[in-house]
Amino acid sequence: MSAPNGRDARAAPGPERATTPVPAGPAALAWRRRRVALAAFARSFARHRAGLVGLAALLAISALALTAPLFVDEAGLSITRAPGDPYEPPSRRYPLGTDNFGRSVLDLVVWGARVSLTVGFLATFVSVALGTVIGVAAGHFASSGGLAGRVVSTVLMRITDWFLVLPTLVLAVALAAVLPRGVGTIILAIGLTVWPPTARLVRAQTLAVEARPYVERARALGGGHAHVMAWHVLPNVMPVVLAQTTLLVATSIIAESTLSFLGMGDPATVSWGGILEAARNAGAISAGIWWYMIPPGLAIAVVALSFTLCGRAVESVLNPRLGEAR
Amino acid sequence: MTSTPTTTGEPAAQGPTGAFPARGRSGSGRLWRVLVYVSGKLLTAVVSLAAVVVAGFFLFRILPGDPVRAMTEGREVTAQQREELRRQFGLDQPLWQQFLDYCAGLARFDLGTSFQYREPVADLILERLGPTVLLAGTGTVVAALLGLFLGTRAGWRPGGRADRTHTAVALFLWSVPTFWLGLLLIVVLASGRGFVPGLFPTGGMVDPGVSGALDTVLNTAWHLVLPVATMVAVIYAQYLMIMRSSLMDEKGADYLTTARAKGLRDGLVRRRHAVPNALLPTVTLIFLNLGQVVSGVILVETVFSWPGLGQLFYSGLRVPDLGLVQGLFVVFAASVILMNLLADLVYPLLDPRVRP
Repeated sequence: MSAPNGRDARAAPGPERATTPVPAGPAALAWRRRRVALAAFARSFARHRAGLVGLAALLAISALALTAPLFVDEAGLSITRAPGDPYEPPSRRYPLGTDNFGRSVLDLVVWGARVSLTVGFLATFVSVALGTVIGVAAGHFASSGGLAGRVVSTVLMRITDWFLVLPTLVLAVALAAVLPRGVGTIILAIGLTVWPPTARLVRAQTLAVEARPYVERARALGGGHAHVMAWHVLPNVMPVVLAQTTLLVATSIIAESTLSFLGMGDPATVSWGGILEAARNAGAISAGIWWYMIPPGLAIAVVALSFTLCGRAVESVLNPRLGEAR
Repeated sequence: MTSTPTTTGEPAAQGPTGAFPARGRSGSGRLWRVLVYVSGKLLTAVVSLAAVVVAGFFLFRILPGDPVRAMTEGREVTAQQREELRRQFGLDQPLWQQFLDYCAGLARFDLGTSFQYREPVADLILERLGPTVLLAGTGTVVAALLGLFLGTRAGWRPGGRADRTHTAVALFLWSVPTFWLGLLLIVVLASGRGFVPGLFPTGGMVDPGVSGALDTVLNTAWHLVLPVATMVAVIYAQYLMIMRSSLMDEKGADYLTTARAKGLRDGLVRRRHAVPNALLPTVTLIFLNLGQVVSGVILVETVFSWPGLGQLFYSGLRVPDLGLVQGLFVVFAASVILMNLLADLVYPLLDPRVRP
């Protein structure tokens, strides 16, 4: 695996460099470099059609989720004040029909996007933070820190491998079962179980970064472990983390729906997995009420697919060796 | 719940760890290295199993504060009954004593008692092991064969039409939640509503009243179609992506140039030379992904009411019957670790390059 990093993009002199005047100080120079790198990244990303489609779908769905209160009446989502009759087939008033309580399925799905996306993002944040810290520490102490460092690194990787092998769902469900019900529990259960691949990836990248001369320079100048990890290693593993984050959101959203479907969710909140659980418990599956069960599942699939497409595009922009093949 | 089928994995994570460079293979030195390799793997597995045992104990004891309260949530229970339950489950003992009892129980394959079924958890698990092994085994074999076959097609000409089609389909199916796909198949192919008659049963393993060996086998196979289809659809994507990237790694190898220079046809180069080598690293990953197979089995069994361990797990969750969930947690985790140990031990026999 060649080391994906942002340095190549930064080193490539863009047309901007020739035309703009020499900046005042190092900070301005750094900012201009970042701008150039970002522009180069955006240009390469735009070449991946699938990634663009995914990004567009995500922006549209996020906008819909954010503005949902404008056109969905939250009161209509309560079981007792449902506006329609049970199991109305799709009509002009209810484009996706109604559920067993008479709530509009379209409203439920739109509203469910809020919880599903929030849980997806927060769980990803937890697991990426955990995976990055463990991965950077394991990678850093493997190459510096002497015998004690190598022991720490080995122990961290053994723990990672242990979590990697265990069935994710079983662990997440067990966590969700023993903690109090709620959205926070779901976020924690997913975040604490899906981090190992990130840790492995970040560790590999950290090892590659640690071998570079500027890390040696920082160390020679007296930089401690914390300084080297935070200022020299972390910024250079961030591109890998970014790609992994995008892919993990898809995993987390599917995980959220799965946990909700198994009844681990908070019954008071509407999420896509929760809608499907309700549909199954209400017997909508055997009764063939397709409009109750198809939209939420399709929503999960579309969002997960969009994140995956985006993540793969980001991945191949950062790692051109993969790019040719996709 | 599956992990992202990404092709950027750390190479070290793909091959078995502890691969030795090929040194001189003198008799006694080699035996020594084999012993070191095997004992290293055994030690790792033992430590992992111990961690599972400890996690299984403390996860279900420490976190909720009091398992009895969790068990009796929403029920009318007097303080006296609660005390009785606490004594029955040994919860009035100090924690270390409980832990020792639990470990001693595990050594005798005693996983505690199910609160819900009033039966030993170990008996429940043994009863339902067969159906799960049948479903998971069939699903894994079919998914691996399909994934490896399509992955070979996709990886041989990256960017070609076969690659784009197979990758797109696999990615879409991977993005679909397992349980929803199962529900969809039930509605379309089994519920008998709409245009399609009910071709397959909506759940269960054998219809009541079916007798005779052949009839039972056929009836089971008929019940197996939809659950296996669901499992395969969700997990074959990983095998496809792994095989694809593994084959792409092999593509630049010198021996393939040699094979082509000999004048071998493209198909022959692929089948005889590239695929066998690309297959090897994939084997380990198939075992590494068994955790995901377990996750898939739980969901598929829940959706299709398949009378196996997954459905048992789900029924334990609904009550909640934490004793049962804990026992299944330990069994699932331990079986995955043991399968990985098996893979680590068998792999050097398959691949001479990593033979110690």
